[in-house]
Amino acid sequence: MSHHIIDIDDLYYSYPDGNQVLKGISFRITHGEKVALVGANGAGKSTLLLQFNGCLLPEAGRVRIGEMPVTKKTLKHVRRTVGLIFQDPDDQLFMPMVYDDVAFGPLNLGLTPEEVDRQVMQALAAVGAVHLKDRPPYHLSGGEKRAVAIAAVLSLAPAILVMDEPSSNLDPKTRRQLIDLLKTFEHSLIIATHDLDLVLDLCPRTLVLKEGRIAADGPTRMIMQDEELLASCNLEKPLRLQGCPVCHPV
Amino acid sequence: MGTIENSLYNIGYLETLSYQATPIHRLDPRVKLLTTMVFIVAVVSFPKYAVGSLIPFILYPVALIALGNVPVGYLGKKILIAAPFAVFIGIFNPLLDRQVMVHLGPLAISGGWVSFASIMLRFVLTVSAALILIAVTGFHQVCAALERLGMPRVFALQLLFLYRYLFVLGGEAARMVRARALRSFDGRGLGFGTYGSLLGHLLLRTLDRAQRLHLAMLSRGFDGEIRLLRPLRLHGRDVGFFLGWTGLFVLLRLYNISQWWGTWVMGLVK
Amino acid sequence: MHMADALISPAVGGAMWAATAGLTVYSARKLKQDMDDRKLPLMGVLGAFVFAAQMINFTIPATGSSGHLGGGMILAILLGPYAAFLTMASVLTVQALFFADGGLLALGCNIFNLGLFPCFIAYPFIYKKLVGERPTQGRILLGAMAAAILSLQMGAFGVVGETWFSGISELPFFTFMLLMQPIHLAIGVVEGLVTATVVAFVWKARPEILEMAPPMASGAPRSFKPVILGLVALAVFTGGFLSWFASTHPDGLEWAIKGVTGKEEVQAPKTGAHGVLAALQEKLAFLPDYDFRKPEGEPEAKKEESWPDVNPGKSLAGVLGAVITLLLVGAIGFGLKKYAGHHG
Repeated sequence: MSHHIIDIDDLYYSYPDGNQVLKGISFRITHGEKVALVGANGAGKSTLLLQFNGCLLPEAGRVRIGEMPVTKKTLKHVRRTVGLIFQDPDDQLFMPMVYDDVAFGPLNLGLTPEEVDRQVMQALAAVGAVHLKDRPPYHLSGGEKRAVAIAAVLSLAPAILVMDEPSSNLDPKTRRQLIDLLKTFEHSLIIATHDLDLVLDLCPRTLVLKEGRIAADGPTRMIMQDEELLASCNLEKPLRLQGCPVCHPV
Repeated sequence: MGTIENSLYNIGYLETLSYQATPIHRLDPRVKLLTTMVFIVAVVSFPKYAVGSLIPFILYPVALIALGNVPVGYLGKKILIAAPFAVFIGIFNPLLDRQVMVHLGPLAISGGWVSFASIMLRFVLTVSAALILIAVTGFHQVCAALERLGMPRVFALQLLFLYRYLFVLGGEAARMVRARALRSFDGRGLGFGTYGSLLGHLLLRTLDRAQRLHLAMLSRGFDGEIRLLRPLRLHGRDVGFFLGWTGLFVLLRLYNISQWWGTWVMGLVK
Repeated sequence: MHMADALISPAVGGAMWAATAGLTVYSARKLKQDMDDRKLPLMGVLGAFVFAAQMINFTIPATGSSGHLGGGMILAILLGPYAAFLTMASVLTVQALFFADGGLLALGCNIFNLGLFPCFIAYPFIYKKLVGERPTQGRILLGAMAAAILSLQMGAFGVVGETWFSGISELPFFTFMLLMQPIHLAIGVVEGLVTATVVAFVWKARPEILEMAPPMASGAPRSFKPVILGLVALAVFTGGFLSWFASTHPDGLEWAIKGVTGKEEVQAPKTGAHGVLAALQEKLAFLPDYDFRKPEGEPEAKKEESWPDVNPGKSLAGVLGAVITLLLVGAIGFGLKKYAGHHG
């Protein structure tokens, strides 16, 4: 299944106001890989995510999903392959009822009502949110919103999932449930986050982004030990890898 | 400073009422919408001094409240909150129209008071009908009904979007207002300068949100068209509900049954 | 200020519904033609913004009272007239349904007063003209101020006209006008200030947003005239027809059911502009003395009432009947509640 591959080649992007955010980024993510994208605020993480499904198009360089370059013509296919889950579920859940929202994508694909229903129920079941289907999104808790937002993307049966800060604003237990859920996914997964403990749990590989460039790309365990690199990117060694203050008081 | 939260809570509460499963809730939304419209038109079509002939119309809200399990106290409060404009305009009637119209024993009542009573009665009837409609139907169902009845798609979607983001932006506004209140002492800081920039910020955030929302829609295959999967089907009970009530409204509009009862009882007494 | 169902007649409510429904369909079609698919979420979220903004108050110095944003003007500036009109209409619809602000029948009036005037008149003819192609802070302030004041004046006049035409309130036309216009002058100044401040704020922070506002508005004045004329004609026609209907047949429903016809020729002049003007004249002539309900009055003005007549016996029967009806309705409600309780 070659279209699970994301291939980025010397990518540049500037916002209309001239501010260059991505300055020559290259990497390749292969089938089923789970990769973390970390970096300081403003390093360009969110902008990069928007490139993966053509919400933004490169100024120079190339983004390829499988064998297909992301261009205006391939958008429909690309967006079906790459599911993007936004940081704020309120940006993503815009339909009146949970069910409608999860059905939004499949309906846009032109599936039959029966197929739509099947996809929706499957997606809701995958995140354990079947019981929420007739509720309006604004009456959901933060964790429920997140689950539904994921379902709304899963219902398109994407091969690659891209998530922006999935664990932000979640209480510890809900966060743990989310991590357990993501572990069960067989999709290729790209997670932009500041939650380095989540990265340790989920992603064998980490990309560090710094001022629009890749500062490091390698096994998570190694990168998380490189305190100098982490500090230069406004990051901190994950708590789990720091000495326990009770056992080893400073 | 909990007024924004209160308003939002109020809207949300009205909506939660619509999740119940009473026989009224199960009716087709189109039928409830149309019946409500007929009801309102029938009520406002009475002449200025109608009071007695309007009273039987109370049956409709009362029946829906009872069958649809709508809390009366809550409804009453909402009606009171909406009252000022109608009262403000209506109260001129007793001042301007002092001609005696009704004698009740020693009591002489001017036309102004009669028409004021009529305005208040109309007000309670029409307002309660509209609020009950939402409480037993739910907003998105009302929108679906409106669309099926010919309202342009863009407008129906616009209503749904507005309603959805009301809670998000309302929450944002409430947090900003609280932040302002916490740092305003002796009323300083509640003035126009702060207000303008507060609103400006809220607007910029809104515009950013619209942009993200658009991206989220595009990411899931949005092509300018929003498709809804929501079949509406008319059943016998829906038709029965509509025809039954409409028929009753027409009868009540034509015959003043309370006058009739009154005369009849007076006859008995004599 | 929102019109209320309780104060309008079906003729006025119907006429305004017809006009605003027509305009809604027209705007929706216009929007579809140049559909920029960014507009749909933008409109929705801006509608919510207006709603949220209306909940935020500020203190007006030295008065102790507080003001807030109306919204029509700001929407027009950000979205252009068609999208702004639809957005404003949706705000008013939600207010009517959830806050009982206005009412369902009065919704037409409210959309007309608070949506049409700012979006289709004040924006293209005042704001656009004053601000021109190259906005400066001063021009924005001036344009927003003038446009907001004028659209509120027109809106207030709309309320007065609709109330008076409905004839439920006893308030004479000019008295009501003298009451409404100055109040709304003050509100308009506040609204203008708010609109100007917010627009200037956005203009400074993100000028591209204002430039995004559709250029179609610049060519608008020409294309609006027929639309507005059409609407006025539609409203006058519907209103004229319905009021003729109401005046010739005080019990319109009865008339409809019995299918009585045949008075058309006699009453024909009552429709259209003639009818409206004649009605106007008649009304104005009555106003100085408030006794036009006297039996010798004209048939249009004298309405069949339920208990208008000064007959103690009949009045008592009316009150008695009302009490009986209320008791009965109460009993039915109680019974239904019990029934629902058992089966619910």
